[in-house]
Amino acid sequence: MTKDECKKVVLDIIADIAPDEDLSNVKPDVRLRDQLQLDSMDFLDIVMELRKRHGIEVPEADYMQLASLDSSAEYLTPKFQALAAKK
Amino acid sequence: MNTRTHYDVAIIGAGMSGLAAGIRLAHFGKKVCIFERHNAVGGLNSFYSLEGRKYDVGLHAMTNFVKPGVKGTPLTKLLRQLRIDRDEFALCEQKQSRIAFGPRGETSLRFTNDFSVFESEVAARFPAQIDGFRRLVQHVRTYDDVSLDAKAESARAVVRHHIHNQLLEDMLFCPVMYYGSAQERDMEFGQFVIMFKALFLEGFARPFEGVRVILRVLQEKYRQAGGERRMKCGVQRITAEGDRATALVLDDGSEVTADHVISSVGAPETERLMSDQLEPVGARTDVCTTPVGRLSFVETITVLNRQPAALGWGDDTIIFFNDSAEFHYEQPPGQVDVRSGVICFPNNFDYGPGRELAEGWFRCTCLANYAQWANLEEEDYLADKARWFAAVQDSAKRFLPALPTPDALANGTVATDMFTPRTITKFTGHFGGAIYGSPQKHRQGRTALRNVYLCGTDQGFLGIVGAMLSGISMANFHVLKGK
Repeated sequence: MTKDECKKVVLDIIADIAPDEDLSNVKPDVRLRDQLQLDSMDFLDIVMELRKRHGIEVPEADYMQLASLDSSAEYLTPKFQALAAKK
Repeated sequence: MNTRTHYDVAIIGAGMSGLAAGIRLAHFGKKVCIFERHNAVGGLNSFYSLEGRKYDVGLHAMTNFVKPGVKGTPLTKLLRQLRIDRDEFALCEQKQSRIAFGPRGETSLRFTNDFSVFESEVAARFPAQIDGFRRLVQHVRTYDDVSLDAKAESARAVVRHHIHNQLLEDMLFCPVMYYGSAQERDMEFGQFVIMFKALFLEGFARPFEGVRVILRVLQEKYRQAGGERRMKCGVQRITAEGDRATALVLDDGSEVTADHVISSVGAPETERLMSDQLEPVGARTDVCTTPVGRLSFVETITVLNRQPAALGWGDDTIIFFNDSAEFHYEQPPGQVDVRSGVICFPNNFDYGPGRELAEGWFRCTCLANYAQWANLEEEDYLADKARWFAAVQDSAKRFLPALPTPDALANGTVATDMFTPRTITKFTGHFGGAIYGSPQKHRQGRTALRNVYLCGTDQGFLGIVGAMLSGISMANFHVLKGK
């Protein structure tokens, strides 16, 4: 999975958990919290949906890695690749 | 058929909070089952049929209404967490509501879902207090009311710091208390904030078909997520080993096990389930360390063959009234206290052009004393109900526009019903008919057993949106976050 695909995975999840947010202009290098109304409950849901849909585990200590789309891609891409390698 | 005997999570009670917790857990792959003693879901906010007519109980209006696009409020959090599209609730806004104080409601404060209306009413009636009122509102707006470990402070003390007028103070407390306080005379400031926002800064709305719409959506989400439920299957006991629950003994005597148990039945009620007592539900309260609530209510329901507007009652959605120099939110010594109460006209929401409820509805709620109702012989119970029905309705009429003719209400009435503290205990299992549960809340939902948690009324988020958020928070906090 590429980093762009990884960003799409995160955006798709946000679109489902926060359908009332406009995601058409999300800047990848800006913290999601600073451009969207997402609270800690929503971030918990991003983590939970990653596990449910993709089998990706994000331990609580790493939640801050999901701050922006860029940091999410940086953090998640190796995880997706490791998962793909196992299959 | 649900015949599994082990679950990741067992939820006791299919009210708003239990259903919401269940949706969260099932959505994230937990094996969940909700055990409900009754045949209907909803708990304190449900509906029933009588002679072919459907009645709502509990819900006058859904609080916490905000318009589409307003974010970060309890309603939007709830919709997101449960993956509900707001159109599914199809909420229709209130017309206007009032707080009416004085023997004939001489002092009145109107409010709508537009907070500036309320603010200008306060400014007009209490010009000397408006600056203090605005400071109070500012404090409420910035207060972190969903913190699970906020310190307790007296709401009366905080409000008095800003407002120096007994009448205005009581007028602010009346709706806030009636819509959720389990504590007499005062409340915890965090709870005041939750209710003040829910009623005044946000607002009232109702689905055209009432509470069943909300329950239908919740049940459907729960079913789609793979949650199981067992109706007419209450839990009579929670057995434990050391500090962990090991099994639930069901009403039919069978047992199920679960890693986690979430109980929505109330704090003292859950403590009784965890005790060794074998007496039937409701028989013993001395095994509880959490006090049983002292506040209960009666509600009269009058069905009309015309819209309330035809009686001149078409403007108000909800009226909070009090006839006395002071407002007494406390357990009355007698069966009912008709000095104050709440009137609701479910017809008076904005359902859109040409759309109105088929019949008229007039509901009045007053404070009541459980002990004075609990042990009456059937004949006396029915006689007392009839007597108080008339007294409650007469009291409420003082705060409404005069009828076109004195017998217009009687002539328009096609059916009546009334609930008492006894009805509440019968259908919800809440000790003492205490709709709002115990005055002592358990914000983190912890109990004496490590894997048993409370949600709903006694966790302390109030109102029906609060109830659902409570289920969500406890599921997140104790089960999903901990994995």
